[in-house]
Amino acid sequence: MRITCPLCGPRDRREFTYYGAEDYLHRPAPDAAPEAWDAYLHLRDNPAGITRDLWYHETGCTAWLLVTRNTVTHEILEVALVAGRSAPKPARGRRAAP
Amino acid sequence: MRYSGLKVIAEGLFGNTGWRPAWRDPAPKPEYDAILIGGGGHGLATAYYLAKNHGLTNIAVLEKGWIGSGNIGRNTTIVRANYFLPGNSEFYSHSLKLWEGLEADLNYNVMHSQRGLINLFHSDGQRDAFARRGNAMINQGDDAILLDREGVREHLPYLDFEQTRFPIYGGLLHPRGGSARHDAVAWGYARGADRRGVDLIQNCEVTGIDIEDGAVRGVQTTRGAIRARKVGIIVAGRSGQVAAMAGMRLPVESHILQAFVTEGLKPVINHVVSFGMGHFYISQSDKGGLVFGGDLDFYASYASRGNLPMVEHVMEAGMTLMPMIGRAKVLRSWGGIMDMTPDGSPIIDRTHIDGLFIDCGWNYGGFKAVPASGWCMAHLMATGQPHEVARRFRLDRFATGHLLDEEGTGSQHNLH
Repeated sequence: MRITCPLCGPRDRREFTYYGAEDYLHRPAPDAAPEAWDAYLHLRDNPAGITRDLWYHETGCTAWLLVTRNTVTHEILEVALVAGRSAPKPARGRRAAP
Repeated sequence: MRYSGLKVIAEGLFGNTGWRPAWRDPAPKPEYDAILIGGGGHGLATAYYLAKNHGLTNIAVLEKGWIGSGNIGRNTTIVRANYFLPGNSEFYSHSLKLWEGLEADLNYNVMHSQRGLINLFHSDGQRDAFARRGNAMINQGDDAILLDREGVREHLPYLDFEQTRFPIYGGLLHPRGGSARHDAVAWGYARGADRRGVDLIQNCEVTGIDIEDGAVRGVQTTRGAIRARKVGIIVAGRSGQVAAMAGMRLPVESHILQAFVTEGLKPVINHVVSFGMGHFYISQSDKGGLVFGGDLDFYASYASRGNLPMVEHVMEAGMTLMPMIGRAKVLRSWGGIMDMTPDGSPIIDRTHIDGLFIDCGWNYGGFKAVPASGWCMAHLMATGQPHEVARRFRLDRFATGHLLDEEGTGSQHNLH
């Protein structure tokens, strides 16, 4: 698996540390309901297919990256910098049912 | 047909023509008292104990592939009860007791072998932690022996005791730990459930869960609709997809865990051994293959295969610990899909939908849990009450803060 860092170009997967799903970008307000914090920390769509998650280019430029990839094929579809991004779009294929 | 030594001899004399399939292949009925989604180890064990302990025999197990085609047929077969936290400790202790009587109970040889498990430690801090863990195991009624370096050498003379990077300080021996034949566990439970009247329906994928007025009414499948007032979701790595059919989001992220098997060798490793510094563990199967593995690949995945960096890491850890395995040829490797929870402990609970139950979140420790998971899930589905030893495996424990983080690594799905 190779990830194309927007700053460094294509690099080996070993340079990156996986953090978790895109949900971690949507931190609730400090006074948000406990349910919101539970969802933020624990609950996941966990899709078999297209997902977006956070990777840290630890041994490269140390940028945080938002990676769109396929969890079934390991194909990397898009890599964007977390810093300076516009409001995040909802991930494609987030949920199969209602 | 009851299996026995006499039966084997008799069949041998007459050309082995009298054996019959171990379970039926029934078509689904339009309605059951209960449906279990998932024909893996946990689902089959649940069906078996629903029938045996609770007399519920009008039930069906729906399996999208074939019996035993998921993680129950693709794991590293370790059986142990060496947990520390209240909640986990009594559950795995109960499971080990069930393992010890399983073959007689099922009339099936699952090749359960209590060869002893040794967790090595490599620092004073790790020694203290293992001493504490060993005391917790003894308090639970299980067995643990703290070995010093020479004690380990008596059991495992082939380790590299001379290395300076990760010196071996000792190990925690769990004599009742060991391994079992994973496929046989699935087959034994399948046969046991079938003999009690449970319908095992293969090639039947659930495509929807019918819910009316907050209560479950049945499921939609590739073989038609099936009604039931009780439905259990027992689908391991696929829990997220099946729960989504009921509109639920779970505290689960599916990850890939790789494992490896070498060519068959003469007996060299008598125990199950784990390396305290590299998350490497190994045992030798009865066929002679070395069965070993290490950490997750650490990213969410459903690919059933991993990437090379973790392969390299596992091989390096193995060579660091026991250089003698370096000449063995790896025959195959594979990846299993692990339903990882934020605290590394499982879930056996009802859901907010009446009649819908879930058994998931086994991380990468599901195999040893199969008997107790089935026992407790059956108890929950039959009585509506959690079983005593599984009462802390609640679905809402993350929201309420009652986490069971055995390793104390934090609330992130891939850290356990």
